[in-house]
Amino acid sequence: MENIVIIGNGITGITAARHIRKLSDNNITVISSESKYFYSRTALMYLYMGHEKFENIKPYEDWFWEKNRIDLIQDYVTNIDIENKKVNLAGGLVVSYDKLIIATGSKPNKFGWKGQDLAGVQGLYSIQDLDLMENNTKNICNAVIVGGGLIGIEMAEMLCSRNIPVTFLVRESSYWNSILPDEESQIINDHMRAHGIDLKLSTGLKEIISDDNGKVKAVITDKDEEIKCNFVGLTAGVSPNIDIVKNTEVETGRGIIVNEFFETNVSNVYAAGDCAEIKADDDSKNRIEQLWYTGRMHGEALAQTICGRKIKYERGILFNSAKFLDIEYQTYGLVNLKIPDEKNFYWESDDRMHSIRIVYKDDGVIGFNLLGIRFRHEVCKRWIIDKKNIEYVLENLGEANFDPEFFKQYENKVIELYNIQNPGKNLTLKKKRGLFKILRAV
Amino acid sequence: MSTIPINLQSHTENYIGLKKIGLSIFSIGFLFFLICFTSATKFNPILFFFLSIGLSVIGGLIFFYAQYLSNPIAGVKKNGAMFMSVANKGLIGWMLAVFFTGFYVLLYWFPETLANVSMIFDWLSYNIRNLPSDQWFLYSALYTIAVAIMGVRMIIHNRHNKYQIIRTISVIFFQLVFAFIIPNILILLNEPGYYFSYFWPLKYDYLFPSNLEYLLNSKGHLAVFMFFWSTMMSFIAVPILTYYFGKRWYCSWVCGCGALAETLGDPFRHLSNKKLTAWKYERWIIHSVLAAIVLLTALLWINSYYKGGVLGEFSLSFSKVYGFVIGAAFAGVAGVGFYPLMGGRVWCRFGCPLAAVLGILQKYFSRFRITTNGAQCISCGNCSTYCEMGIDVKAYAQRGQNVIRSSCVGCGVCAEVCPRGVLKLENGPVKGRYELNEEYLR
Repeated sequence: MENIVIIGNGITGITAARHIRKLSDNNITVISSESKYFYSRTALMYLYMGHEKFENIKPYEDWFWEKNRIDLIQDYVTNIDIENKKVNLAGGLVVSYDKLIIATGSKPNKFGWKGQDLAGVQGLYSIQDLDLMENNTKNICNAVIVGGGLIGIEMAEMLCSRNIPVTFLVRESSYWNSILPDEESQIINDHMRAHGIDLKLSTGLKEIISDDNGKVKAVITDKDEEIKCNFVGLTAGVSPNIDIVKNTEVETGRGIIVNEFFETNVSNVYAAGDCAEIKADDDSKNRIEQLWYTGRMHGEALAQTICGRKIKYERGILFNSAKFLDIEYQTYGLVNLKIPDEKNFYWESDDRMHSIRIVYKDDGVIGFNLLGIRFRHEVCKRWIIDKKNIEYVLENLGEANFDPEFFKQYENKVIELYNIQNPGKNLTLKKKRGLFKILRAV
Repeated sequence: MSTIPINLQSHTENYIGLKKIGLSIFSIGFLFFLICFTSATKFNPILFFFLSIGLSVIGGLIFFYAQYLSNPIAGVKKNGAMFMSVANKGLIGWMLAVFFTGFYVLLYWFPETLANVSMIFDWLSYNIRNLPSDQWFLYSALYTIAVAIMGVRMIIHNRHNKYQIIRTISVIFFQLVFAFIIPNILILLNEPGYYFSYFWPLKYDYLFPSNLEYLLNSKGHLAVFMFFWSTMMSFIAVPILTYYFGKRWYCSWVCGCGALAETLGDPFRHLSNKKLTAWKYERWIIHSVLAAIVLLTALLWINSYYKGGVLGEFSLSFSKVYGFVIGAAFAGVAGVGFYPLMGGRVWCRFGCPLAAVLGILQKYFSRFRITTNGAQCISCGNCSTYCEMGIDVKAYAQRGQNVIRSSCVGCGVCAEVCPRGVLKLENGPVKGRYELNEEYLR
């Protein structure tokens, strides 16, 4: 029986803990300075918006941890004593480990902007950040958000829910355009504006100006425009939170360097989740994966390795999802990577609230990108693995449809568009939505 | 160059005036409703009807219309749901709970206090059934109005979701036609005032021997058909329809109790307790009620067969106790009175014996399930939060497991509020319904 100590109780650390418990009888201790109980970080926005309470965003009830003999410590790790295999906590407690998992996640990026540490200027990552935001946004007139990613739009939505006017500075020429293809990105630009968000594209932050009390009073953009505001959200991405291993022999780059088993250069010390920088066997670039889903998969794979069933982490077919105000987003496979011989088939609805993009090559589909339409994970994945031909996919599109019953179905329009774009083609929809319809057709 | 951001998202503030007007009219209507408890109504009941019910309805509709205008983009409308006193056991919530509970106490045990106020419905009562109004007519009229008006609110809030729109129209229709108009017209026609939309064991006396006797002795021509209908619905239609569509065909599409829960109860749905212990209590209580009513019905028939020779007065007193404790106190007083404390489905979840039967069928003999979409769940907890039946939906979703629970009434709200498109209510093959997708078993 070994002592497994996990630093960080986010999705990675907790998934690892749960799976280690499933696989072994080891002692498990999870240390976090943020909160005693695991909560869903992706749901923080719903607390601010009044959709949920903290109780609601805990994935497990409090008795779960004792029942599964997972010890929780809420404290801050001051340093790791690698030589003696000990972890020192701010409260004075010393915890010994046989195996140590570092799953400390990320921290918001700050790029040395002038005024970035003023009162009323903050990122959003932790429960403490949320409390701060609650205080910082009381009775304010205007807010500015800097950075064009997921946390940025979430923060904008949060502020909108409280009728606080938002100016959203996005450096790129269109929102999240590095991930979203042009058309989808454009839909989201327009959707944000329809919600009253003052979106300023191709605009960066130059500096943040203080009032006499050290509180933000305005920002100046890189176009020298001054925007008055009482709150600035800095959401220009996140970086691995690796402070804890500074001054130790654990190798770091941008994150903690690990192999595909999440082993660091120090034996019995592992790192996974957002804070890990995965070095593959082949010569491909090191990867930092900062999604909820990858965190969960890391934790699961690492638990196997810890419990002696050493398995290599394989991400499989990529998938992700988000929600941009009222528009849901799902993606499967490879999208917007501009792979040389890829082709894109793109359809959007007249009201521009729904879109389907299928990325394919001559030998089969490689990716799906969806706005305002839900697709079945398994079906998309199977089509990508089986390299189904684009026309097969289109004719069977109903199989993938996961929208609620009675929702308008667009499959026929999608196929119609394909037939128009490809003269001579006359595809027809073979599979309609519904499990029975699918099974009967198989 | 300096700019102050324009307040682009002031929709909510813009219509606050209209909301105030709506609520003021509603309050005046309510005040007149209180006056109706005095004998003032005697002088001009129709005038008082319009001053009380009429103004309340108009005021309510104006308020919902203002809500609609202030939220011009369709989508999930839960902003601030956790901040409202009325829906979060705040002072207004408690007041409302006492008011609802008190109203039911008056209705069941002090009907004479409602004699005056029921006169405002005399005109309607004479028009449909040629009788003066009484407390039960008053009650069913108010009930139907509440379903209709709050149904309008439900549709406005969920206008992006066709499943919710159709379902809400369905419950309004069944309440209005099957639970209000038809029973009263039957009375006009000298037939028994029969509810074709309620069956044993919810409407427990429909299969009591005394009811058969009553129907057979009544002057109407439909009596035999009514008894046939009761028996047929309870024992044949219920299993068949539940097999094909799950419990929802009744509980959230037809039933009057469900109709009120899905409309008037909608703002309170998050108040249901999601804890494992609550589920434990739920199973004990609801199945005890079912056992009690089955036993009671059997005893009554035995007693009737032996003409009271075996059990004497026992089954009759049992029947009285059941009527008082379950029929009145639980289903009525607590069932609606506790809306602002425990959500709209207190009776449906803990008490209704028909729900228990439908639940057993749904669990073991049905094609219905809520499918979980692969590994897309982010454990945000919205599904569980807004489950009025207190099902911890995310506990299933985060494991990639289909949600099959006897209590699920298929309202579809979990699938609606899910920000990642993870859940879908569907009727699929019975085989493999419970199988976990091994790959996502987390």
